[in-house]
Amino acid sequence: MHATHRLDAVFAALADPTRRAIIARLASGQASVTELARPFAMSQPAISKHLKVLERAGLISRGREAQRRPRRLEAKRLAEADRWLERYRRLWEGNYRRLDALLDVLKTQGKERTPR
Amino acid sequence: MRQAQLKITTAGDRDLVMTREFDAPRRLVFDAHTKPELVRRWLLGPPGWSLPVCEMDVRVGGKYRWVWRHDTNGTEMGMGGVYREVKAPERLVSTEKFDEAWYPGESLNTLVLVEHAGRTTLTQTMRYESREAREAVIKSGMEKGVSASYDRLDDVLAATAPATPR
Repeated sequence: MHATHRLDAVFAALADPTRRAIIARLASGQASVTELARPFAMSQPAISKHLKVLERAGLISRGREAQRRPRRLEAKRLAEADRWLERYRRLWEGNYRRLDALLDVLKTQGKERTPR
Repeated sequence: MRQAQLKITTAGDRDLVMTREFDAPRRLVFDAHTKPELVRRWLLGPPGWSLPVCEMDVRVGGKYRWVWRHDTNGTEMGMGGVYREVKAPERLVSTEKFDEAWYPGESLNTLVLVEHAGRTTLTQTMRYESREAREAVIKSGMEKGVSASYDRLDDVLAATAPATPR
């Protein structure tokens, strides 16, 4: 897959709450499909479907143990997506904090002009 | 007061979506997006940048132009576009194109403001011309857009970021 397509797939993969929960679980160590399915009210095939999306995005990979095939997190891929979003988020959060402050000023001015 | 949290997600093939809540009626949030004297007080980008050019003719077909300048190295970054829909105080649609765009075409930006109990939820959707254009934005985003000074700014941001926001 082309690198930019893959990054796009990362964002699509992370848009789902179940998949985010799976990522959070794998952040504390590798786990089998059965183990991953346990906390969710979901069938194993449904979980496998989510795992496939995460795998295609390069966010997780499979271990070599023949029976368990434990899934593990590919932290590098996650960090790459995070890095961009974090920059973007930081830029806009900076803007919006200033907007918060400006709105406070405008609210006060509004009250002064039209007392209730 | 609840901690306002900025959310950024992708939607569909071409959209980037930002949502955030503000503790103010939407009339004021709309003003802050449509009156140049207010816009230039907050839409400044990373620390060290100002918005010396802020021209806005807010009506359907009217143009806007913003130019940011880095205070110390003088780097400039300009962008502009045309207003497509102006529906105060709830909706503003405009095109957006950077002077030195690092992605093909322009984006169509839709600002939607929903008010509830005196608070406003802002949703800003940026629709790019193609999946590829959005990928270019996601992939190299501000690195090329803001060019060389950004890496230094990262350090500055890391050094000045408050440990606990607000």
